[in-house]
Amino acid sequence: MDTRERVIAIIAQQALLDPSDVREDMTLADLGIDSLGIVESVFAIEEAFDIRVPFNANAPETSDFDISSVGSIVQAVERLAAEQA
Amino acid sequence: MRRVAITGAGTINALGHDVPSTLEAMREGRCGIGPLDIRDIDRLSVQIGGQVRGYDESARFTRSQLALHDRFTQFALIAAEEAVDQSGLSFESELALRSGVILGNSGGGLSTIDDSYRAVYAEGKNRVHPFVVPRLMGNAAASAVSMAHGLRGPTFTAASACASSNHAMGLAFQMVRSGLADVMLAGGSEAMLCFGGLKAWEGLRVMSPDACRPFSATRNGMVQGEGAAVFVFEDWDRAQARGAEILAEVAGFGMSADAGDLVAPSVDGAERAMRGALADAGLDPDEVGYVNAHGTGTAANDRTECAAVAAAFGNHAGRLMVSSTKSMHGHAIGGTGAIELLACISALRDGVVPPTIGWEAPDPDCPLDVVPNAAREAKVAACLSNAFAFGGLNAVLALRAA
Repeated sequence: MDTRERVIAIIAQQALLDPSDVREDMTLADLGIDSLGIVESVFAIEEAFDIRVPFNANAPETSDFDISSVGSIVQAVERLAAEQA
Repeated sequence: MRRVAITGAGTINALGHDVPSTLEAMREGRCGIGPLDIRDIDRLSVQIGGQVRGYDESARFTRSQLALHDRFTQFALIAAEEAVDQSGLSFESELALRSGVILGNSGGGLSTIDDSYRAVYAEGKNRVHPFVVPRLMGNAAASAVSMAHGLRGPTFTAASACASSNHAMGLAFQMVRSGLADVMLAGGSEAMLCFGGLKAWEGLRVMSPDACRPFSATRNGMVQGEGAAVFVFEDWDRAQARGAEILAEVAGFGMSADAGDLVAPSVDGAERAMRGALADAGLDPDEVGYVNAHGTGTAANDRTECAAVAAAFGNHAGRLMVSSTKSMHGHAIGGTGAIELLACISALRDGVVPPTIGWEAPDPDCPLDVVPNAAREAKVAACLSNAFAFGGLNAVLALRAA
């Protein structure tokens, strides 16, 4: 699986959906993932990719990790994985 | 029912090692939060806290005491001693039987747990200190305080995360008020600033990397603290008859459960606890001049708490002073409500309302007078002290000036 597929698999698991039902233009709210679900997803991403994700649940919009859509998360993870490789 | 007087107070926290130094720091709006000095700090992403500094445990306790007392118990003993000294009470014969201890705590002897796990897992040792269990148990502090002062009545620990101290003090208040006990030592203690304690909190991603700025638009999370505060709650008539100095009156207690989310706070639950405390104390909302807020500095708490204050107080909310002293001493979790009761005593007895420091910019979701950055002189006749815990458990105390 590539990064995109792995991130989508993590998000799908959190949303209790099949990965094929998760599209990159969807937001986490679309997927029914609440703030705790986001924190769990970030943890799962950190574990899966062995990276550190800069994410503060108090100020998601100012964190250096764009969670505005599934696609933005995929891009952020690709960037972090490259930076922290 | 009896009235309940506070006749003694004691503390140790990031702002000071006793009540006078703590109240002075609150008056001056001093910040006790700074770089943490703990083992393995380089492996933590959050590296600040409201740590008790300049503390030499071996100067306060003997070697054999230290073998039995985790840091959270040490803090409770120090605070209780100051409180009992101030009250002038000695617990002999009959009074000892009608006096007890209720302390709030959430993590137990977390440093003891951390050190012992490190020894067996990381260092490969096959034995730990023989007193690990009595050091780490959540009731260790309450038990140690009862033994130190010979209190032989109702004694236990209340554990409701960040509301632990308020639940402890609320129950102690009810016991004295109802006549079950004549004197109760009440408060709370916490010492969670160790690698494991902070690592667990890191996971929630609600910790600020730089400062606790409650109610400020620029807030970005909570900062953990540590410490203890203990108070002497005494039957009012008894205190008056012996000529004791009364610091304030505990007038009411309200508690509620959100029965909703494990971590997200609720306006309704917080509002009901505040209304409950007011009703229990027989206070009209407009008699209250100050609310010591839970004010953690997280996005969710502060927004929800302001909405709850507005709902509970109606038009009067705009005339209230509402401050969070966590900005100065950090969030001492199970001990925090007790440390924050000192801010209420400052307001009621000294006419000094401690500030919310670190406040930088107004947040439209927090449209209250949060006493930003500088303490204020004001005559306050009554106040509330809020605590809202993970698990949706809310506990609010109401106090009156003596």
